[in-house]
Amino acid sequence: MNFDEQYYNIGLIDQLSYKDTFVHRLDPRAKLIATLLFLFTVISFSKYEIAALLPFFLYPMLLMTIGEIPFMFILRKVILVSPFAVFIGIFNPLLDSEKIMIFNGLVISAGWISFLSIMIKFTLTVSTALLLIATTSFPGVCHGLRRLGLPSLFVSQLSFLYRYIFVLMEETMRIVRARNMRSYGERGKGMKVFVRIVGTLFMRTVERAERIYFAMLARGFQGDMPMLKRFRIKTADVIFIVFVLTFLYVFRFYPATQMLGRLVQGVIS
Amino acid sequence: MSHHIVEFKNVSFCYPDGTEALRDVSFRITHGESVGIIGANGAGKSTLLLHMNGYLMPTSGTVNIGDLFLTRQTRHEIRRKVGIVFQNPDDQLFMPTVYEDVAFGPLNLCLDETAVRARVEFALNLVNGLELKNKPPHHLSCGQKSAVAIAAVMAVEPDILAMDEPGANLDPRSRRLLINLLKTFQHSKIIASHDLDLIMDVCQRCIVIKEGNVVADGPVSAILTDKKLLEENNLELPLSLQGR
Repeated sequence: MNFDEQYYNIGLIDQLSYKDTFVHRLDPRAKLIATLLFLFTVISFSKYEIAALLPFFLYPMLLMTIGEIPFMFILRKVILVSPFAVFIGIFNPLLDSEKIMIFNGLVISAGWISFLSIMIKFTLTVSTALLLIATTSFPGVCHGLRRLGLPSLFVSQLSFLYRYIFVLMEETMRIVRARNMRSYGERGKGMKVFVRIVGTLFMRTVERAERIYFAMLARGFQGDMPMLKRFRIKTADVIFIVFVLTFLYVFRFYPATQMLGRLVQGVIS
Repeated sequence: MSHHIVEFKNVSFCYPDGTEALRDVSFRITHGESVGIIGANGAGKSTLLLHMNGYLMPTSGTVNIGDLFLTRQTRHEIRRKVGIVFQNPDDQLFMPTVYEDVAFGPLNLCLDETAVRARVEFALNLVNGLELKNKPPHHLSCGQKSAVAIAAVMAVEPDILAMDEPGANLDPRSRRLLINLLKTFQHSKIIASHDLDLIMDVCQRCIVIKEGNVVADGPVSAILTDKKLLEENNLELPLSLQGR
């Protein structure tokens, strides 16, 4: 993994949020609420549920298509963080070995089903969260959170985090480059140097934080982050929320997959 | 208006680790004057600027801005009068988008929303940066960042503008634009820089600092042609005077 490449990759998510589509134009609050509801609905399913979860892929798929977000981009990010979910579920097949299904002569234990269910839930939630940021931009999400009444302190922490993660990464990139250039393929004495690099980074960060704080004071900061109102709820936002609510309600409380299956069977026979 | 003055009287400053950064510095800058502050690396230029709006308080001596003496009580008032542009624009642009960053100062002045918007657009227009307004700062080039940093300070409409190395990191064209921009400001300007040509173009007066002391204070035409004085301070004649 190359540090430079990873760095430029993160910036891409901002580029995506500059687009101007129906999804991008929605009020961040509407998208935030929709995403939260979606996450809670997905999580609320029991741990052996698979079939009922599948229709929920419609939502991220629709957002992705209308919002013109490249599928591969989201997929790559999901795979990148997937180890977390894999490690949560990986022991299920061993611990929960009760046999509940025979598929083409292959005996499947309940553990495998719950593992699969975890992975589906993970993919759904992470891709939706990514899509929220890719279609709203991170500052937009922060702004929405603040307008929804989250304390200003939390929101400003979040937006500082986002603002300075790039600066910090650039600084790291410069240090790593400098090391690579003078370590002639030896990877610069490994751990020892790495510890020093982290130390240097920490010191630089502390100093920078001081300068930033001064810059804030110099422009009249007195403890509260001010905010401009940027968005107004439009009809499109209301329609979007109503649509999402109906979608979630229908697929949560009616066995839509089964009904669809029966309908198809009925048509065929 | 005669009250936009900056007056340092016998200012000394010692950092907590014991480094003596300023020793008995005195000068008076009157309204509308443009003053360049030059000196070797580590001579105390930045420390001096940090006294202008009370980030650092003098260990002894007094700083007088306008009609106010710098104390912990008057700091907030003084910060409205003195706008400081930092050397590294990344330290100054801390909000997630350009627009919000420029609006930060005016919002802290408790202006209403229309007034804030008007000021932001005015300030961004001033530096030709209006089309950048929705971008996050990490997507700007260095020159653009500097421009936005200046706009962010101008949006507060300070009486006195203090800048630390404004021309560093800029390509020649951006630097020229900056010089032209600075010339149009009617404020008192205090510019700390190694870019002597920039100082020659923008300022009328020049203060040389060496190891925390003021060693020379006079018109730019006298100081920037004094080869001996400049070389004593790790500087050299402005390129435009070297006649190569």
